[in-house]
Amino acid sequence: MTDQAQLLPGTLDLLILRAVSLGPLHGYGILLRIGQISGNALLIEQGALYPGLFRLVRQGLLKASWGTSENNRRAKFYELTVVGRKRLQDETDSWNRLAGAIAAALSRQPEEA
Amino acid sequence: MKIVDSLRFRMAALFHRDQMRAEMEEELRSHMEHRADDLMHSGLDRSEAERRARVEFGGREKYKEECHDAAGGNLIETLLQDLRYSVRVLRKTPGFLIAAVLTLALAIGANAVVFSLLNALVLRPLNVPQAGSLYQVEGAKGRGPSQSYPDYIDLRNRNRSFDGLVAYEMAPAGLDTGGSPSSIWLYEASGNYFDELGIQPYLGRFFHSSDEHGANSAPYIVLSYAYWQSHFQDDFSVVGRTVQLNKNAYTILGVAPPQFRGTELFFAPDIWAPLVNEPQIEGSNDLTSRGARGMWLVGHLKAGVTPVHATADLNSIAASLARTYPKEDEGIGFTLTRPGLLGDMLGGPVHAFVAGLMLLSGLILLAACANLGSLFSARAADRSREVALRLALGSSHVRILRQLLTEAILVSLGGAVLGVAGAVVLLRWLSAWQPAPDMPINLQVNPDARTYIVALLLALVSALLFGMVPVRQVMKVDPYLSIKVGATSGVVGRRVTLRDLLLALQIAVCAMLVTASLVAVRGMVRSLHSNFGFVPQNAIQVNTDLDMGGYKGDQVPATQRRILDAIANVPGVTAAGYASRVPLNIGWSENTVFLDSATDYRLSNAAMEAMEYGVSPGYFQAAATTLLRGRDFTWNDGKDAPRVAVVNQEFARKMFGSDTKAIGSSFKIWSGTRVQVVGVVEDGKYKTLTEDPQPAMFLSVLQSPSSWTWLVVRSNRSPQELAPALERTLRGLDTGLPFTINTWEKELGIALFASRVATVALGVLGGMGAMLAITGIFGMAAYSVSKRLRELGIRMALGAQRREVLMAALGRPLKLLAFGSAVGLLLGLLATRVLAHIVYQANPRDPLVLGGVVAAMGLLGLLATWVPAQRALSVNPLLLLREE
Repeated sequence: MTDQAQLLPGTLDLLILRAVSLGPLHGYGILLRIGQISGNALLIEQGALYPGLFRLVRQGLLKASWGTSENNRRAKFYELTVVGRKRLQDETDSWNRLAGAIAAALSRQPEEA
Repeated sequence: MKIVDSLRFRMAALFHRDQMRAEMEEELRSHMEHRADDLMHSGLDRSEAERRARVEFGGREKYKEECHDAAGGNLIETLLQDLRYSVRVLRKTPGFLIAAVLTLALAIGANAVVFSLLNALVLRPLNVPQAGSLYQVEGAKGRGPSQSYPDYIDLRNRNRSFDGLVAYEMAPAGLDTGGSPSSIWLYEASGNYFDELGIQPYLGRFFHSSDEHGANSAPYIVLSYAYWQSHFQDDFSVVGRTVQLNKNAYTILGVAPPQFRGTELFFAPDIWAPLVNEPQIEGSNDLTSRGARGMWLVGHLKAGVTPVHATADLNSIAASLARTYPKEDEGIGFTLTRPGLLGDMLGGPVHAFVAGLMLLSGLILLAACANLGSLFSARAADRSREVALRLALGSSHVRILRQLLTEAILVSLGGAVLGVAGAVVLLRWLSAWQPAPDMPINLQVNPDARTYIVALLLALVSALLFGMVPVRQVMKVDPYLSIKVGATSGVVGRRVTLRDLLLALQIAVCAMLVTASLVAVRGMVRSLHSNFGFVPQNAIQVNTDLDMGGYKGDQVPATQRRILDAIANVPGVTAAGYASRVPLNIGWSENTVFLDSATDYRLSNAAMEAMEYGVSPGYFQAAATTLLRGRDFTWNDGKDAPRVAVVNQEFARKMFGSDTKAIGSSFKIWSGTRVQVVGVVEDGKYKTLTEDPQPAMFLSVLQSPSSWTWLVVRSNRSPQELAPALERTLRGLDTGLPFTINTWEKELGIALFASRVATVALGVLGGMGAMLAITGIFGMAAYSVSKRLRELGIRMALGAQRREVLMAALGRPLKLLAFGSAVGLLLGLLATRVLAHIVYQANPRDPLVLGGVVAAMGLLGLLATWVPAQRALSVNPLLLLREE
């Protein structure tokens, strides 16, 4: 838990989309899934998830419906829309390009520059 | 599409607000329960697990708000909340609310009035179709807007730039519609006037070019809508009726539409008549004289022709005219200008005046904003505890600022509504106002949509200006510190704060306005007592045009003599004379004079231009114009006697070198006629009060007769007694001759009109400046006292004297007052240099004005600090210390 990193601005939305891409999830489930796929390396305050979810619903990238959870409790489930799946693809590609470019830049030795 | 979606979301969010809130609540609770379930699995008991889950979740209320925002619900809702809250807060402090709204009402109202003037005089075009392409032909090189009829005909027929060029001039006339004749003003207009301007008759028909068949061939008139309403009571059968215009039969062709008030903004005619009938109507024929420039020309440019091209086109015609008619037209040239204000003659001063007013009213608004800015900032300081509490409860800085701004906008809109309401009343009154007796001078300045939009914009901009003043204060509030220490922690500092600067700025602006208005008022008072070259007091003017009575040729001087003799015998009359024109009235006659040795009477060969008056024997005595040398005219200086003139000192000096040399010398007037100087009179004012000394020549009216008759009657009886006697006398001579009787002082109203309007406007603005200064200083002083009541109490408890308490409480506002006044006084003195062009004898270096400003600002300061000072002195230290 000590090595958790702060999220870069804007990356939470991408993580949410990624977490939901594997199947419908409720809010707490999304948080668990992000923890799982990131190896618990990211620090997210639990409540901070929800403004992101509402924003994505409003942008039409997610859709929400009420259902029953594995704990047998009422919960709101989120899943990707078609637009959301497309957006996830685009954002993932551009993130990879950016990350690759920055990683390459940082790993260069000074004389190579 | 996006916008529609977003709106749909927002509206849905607004209407399903409660449902959304409930769902959100449930979702968050569900999250925490799931978390608690997991924590229980790791061995916690349920209540501990639930507590931990809540802690881990973080600021629940904050996230709920953010969710709400993210779902698009908050904008309208927050606005409504802010509005409700603002109304509640403002109602708690009615004194502040009233002061703020009134301040803004004054400032925005003043701006609305001034903008309406600007709109009516500058922005709004004449009310004719395609007003954008309508231009007036103006003489180049300051020759004024008037042109002669033969030149007009040439310009109209030979130009290739205008769709059509129309000519018109204004004249007074007597109109007899069956009852007694009344004096009216008409436009004499070229036949194509209505057709080229694109005006359609309201009733009947207009006259056309095809009605013109040489001089006096078209005895027709068209009534203005207003005249038809007031004198024919909307009678539809007037078309075809015959009336007497200056004792000649004219047929009424039709009525103009209500919105068409002629082609000059200030002068709306009662009727229109064809220009070709000018000889019959006015009794003098200007249609054939190329040198008699008295008509105004306007026309629509052809599509695609620029004003530059049109000017070049007109000037090529001008060059050819100058070659053909060197005597009259040498050196003429033309420019184009906006129609409606007599070309640049009225246009120039009017534009300058309106611009000056805009500047001043803008300053008023600025002062009001500074005033409100410091008030709002003081309020924000008082409310720092409330702000801190709201911040601690999870509100954001932005949210609080938005709410403060909502308050500012509410206040500002309230002020705007009140201000515009006041402005509308004032503008209605202005639009109905007729400043000159017996003249159709009037200006429509009723507000239109543009005025309202400008007022709204001004309100919003000023709300932003003064609402933003406390921003830094709010952003700096630290909730923890503020609540711990208490709201009174605000440092009563020695540092110069933003509030101090605002107050100083406001006082400076106000002092400047007070200075300017005092200078103007003083100049006005002085101008009423300055030397005009005649004495308007105790003199009555009787004005008539003998054409209106049908007198022609030799009948005119004979009748004038008869009237004069009759009037001289009225008891109480000490002197009487008449003239073709009087100085300082509307319109004047200026003529070129030549040296006695001149033989070539081209314009370029002229010695100078001089004011020209035709006066009768006895006129100088009646006008109380001092004869310095030589003699007055006598009845022997008639038609067959040698031409003689009396000139003023300026004329004598310029032409002959001195008074003494002038007597007996001769000069030549326009047509080469030789005139001998027989007398010299004092200089006077002829066109305007602010003019430099002008050369003037008075010719014997017997040798240059005119049907225009201005009788000047001096008496030792009051005008109220004398006027009826004069009227009886004139009626006894001719029952059908229209005339007007006014005191000379009243007639001077026209000459003084501009400076009077300027003085009133400046006086009003100065008064508003003074009021703003009072509210500003009062607000600051009251605030400063209330902030330091406790400190003052301690000082008093420790034995401070009243003087020391006062100094502690009010020293700062008074210092600011002194500083601001000094700056404002300086600025005001600079500004009055500009004023000197409009207001007669506006001399800023007048000790009375300087003293007046200092006294006024001191008095204002005393007034404004009186109540706070009383409060500071009545502090009861015991009570106060116990309270806190």
